[in-house]
Amino acid sequence: MHRPLSDTEQVSMLEAMQLIRRHEERLAELQAAGRAAGTCTAVGQEAAAVGVVHALGADDLILTNHRSAGHLLARGADPGRLIAEILGRSTGYCKGKSGSLHVSARELGIVLTSTIVGGELSLAPGVALAQRMQGRPGVVACFFGDGAACEGIFHEALNLAVVWKLPVLFVCENNQWQAYVHRKETMPQDHVRPWAAAHGLPAVVVDGNDVEAVHAAARHAVDTIRVQGGPCFIEAVTYRLRGHFEPDDQGYVDADELTAWKSRDPIQLLARRLIDRGVLSEGEWAHVRQRVEATLDAAFAFAEASPFPSADELITDVYA
Amino acid sequence: MHTMTVNQAIASALAEEMRRDERVLMFGEGVATKRADLMQEFGAERVRNTPLAEAIIAGTAAGAAAMGLRPVVDLLFAPFMTLAMDALVNSAGKLRYLSGGQFSFPMVALAHTGAGWGVGAQHNHNLEALFVHAPGLKVVMPSTADDFKGLLKSAIRDDNPVIFFIDLALGEAAGPVPAGDHLVPIGQSVVRRAGCDVTLVSYAKTVGHCLRAAESLAQRGISAEVLDLRSLKPLDEAGLLASVRKTGRLVVVHEASRTCGVGAEIAALVVERAFPLLKAPVVRLTGPDAPAPSSRPLEQAFVPQAPAIEQAVLALLREPALS
Repeated sequence: MHRPLSDTEQVSMLEAMQLIRRHEERLAELQAAGRAAGTCTAVGQEAAAVGVVHALGADDLILTNHRSAGHLLARGADPGRLIAEILGRSTGYCKGKSGSLHVSARELGIVLTSTIVGGELSLAPGVALAQRMQGRPGVVACFFGDGAACEGIFHEALNLAVVWKLPVLFVCENNQWQAYVHRKETMPQDHVRPWAAAHGLPAVVVDGNDVEAVHAAARHAVDTIRVQGGPCFIEAVTYRLRGHFEPDDQGYVDADELTAWKSRDPIQLLARRLIDRGVLSEGEWAHVRQRVEATLDAAFAFAEASPFPSADELITDVYA
Repeated sequence: MHTMTVNQAIASALAEEMRRDERVLMFGEGVATKRADLMQEFGAERVRNTPLAEAIIAGTAAGAAAMGLRPVVDLLFAPFMTLAMDALVNSAGKLRYLSGGQFSFPMVALAHTGAGWGVGAQHNHNLEALFVHAPGLKVVMPSTADDFKGLLKSAIRDDNPVIFFIDLALGEAAGPVPAGDHLVPIGQSVVRRAGCDVTLVSYAKTVGHCLRAAESLAQRGISAEVLDLRSLKPLDEAGLLASVRKTGRLVVVHEASRTCGVGAEIAALVVERAFPLLKAPVVRLTGPDAPAPSSRPLEQAFVPQAPAIEQAVLALLREPALS
């Protein structure tokens, strides 16, 4: 068993979750004002991102999907460079060529982000095979949603990872939404876990809004992969609190369901828990939030002041 | 110089490159079973059988390439590539660009294509133009054992994704192959037969059909130049234009269907860049815009044959010159 998270670690995770939340909310405000292209946010899913990413080591790699800001920021991405990328500026992680939907950051071990639903599942076994064959220790965490789990590539990826004993941590963020379609319309059961378990790998369901629970499950899975070699699967049950693609009025969302999930907001859950335990005072929590706003003020200012790429960049980086 | 078949040339290129570079590995449906020599020499880590699942084969290759391996995947038959299209087109072809150059995708996807086996449209479909149209990919389609070996070795060493088509009917065709580390650069065409009256441009097995037509035309006193493109992307524009500028007449021949085929690109290129030197309109001889049939006579009729090429040239020479 791992030691429990220290108070300092938990406060740090709370701050990471708040940074992700406010990054996405402020970006959505910018979009509503017509100053940024639409993006896919993962508001409400911060605990899944932070819980898993904080369980990874420096050698571990990440593949993710179009709702990737949480994974990137949890991994330590510079908010200024991330926002610059989203705003199409040359100072962004991908020189402004990826936008919000395909951000990768090799220096952080973020190996490609796919906006093709399931594309990250397609590449993950290969990334893990390269780790294994080149003698690198890192585990490959692959984040995808319940929508991707309904694609054939989900089964192809899990099957190959099991057969080839590849070090992949499959993380299904079951956020109940598949673009504009509720998961209940497309899946006969509530969970993806049985499909994963049928492939013969360790597979668990965890409360995706409880960062401690996600983190514990991820630590256990990463250890299992390091010891046993083969893949593991975690389903983090959570909820996408904002729409599919900003701006989105969520007119298709069941109001009662949304309200119920808002009452289980992962950031509020952790903040309340830390305050109740006496780890964090109300004043300290306010201070954390102010620090996040200051960080984002600087990040947005950096991004908006950054230049757009020159037209010459249109045809660079096509071929190696 | 050795004489070997195209299939032997491919096997030889694979073995040499795997010997040269330990990052090269090969996987696909039945690869380890059918390439027992490679399996024996390089072991089960580097020569792998996969499930019959083209999407994950291609995706795994893209992921492995991004992180430093140099995979060669065998997707068996070109139509199966439609199942692998996402990884080939959206990942291997685009993610270097989308990442601002952070990752490269040094991988090769092999697939058989073309008439000659009578297996019908779901195993026989010339899809090369689809991949030529996709950014970030390279596409090669050789016609001789020499080029199969030299181009496959170049493809494996290339830092970009290369789609490597093997015309099924050429597998047992034998030819001389230089000994040693024989490389043919991607992106260079070759003149298979020099001539001055008309240029016949082709690739893969229809190069042979053009050569037979050229021989027959020579008996009528017509001098046809036969240009083998070998690489469809990048395309050897200079080689193509040089030939057309010399002869002033162009017939493009390919087995793939006509609409938006490689022939359309070549015709447009020549009209854009060498129009004043054209003595007659550009002619395309292609397969029909129809799926490939299974019945052998129909399958052969699908592919432009030497007599049809000869007739097209004769008709072209009767055309009044463009003013």
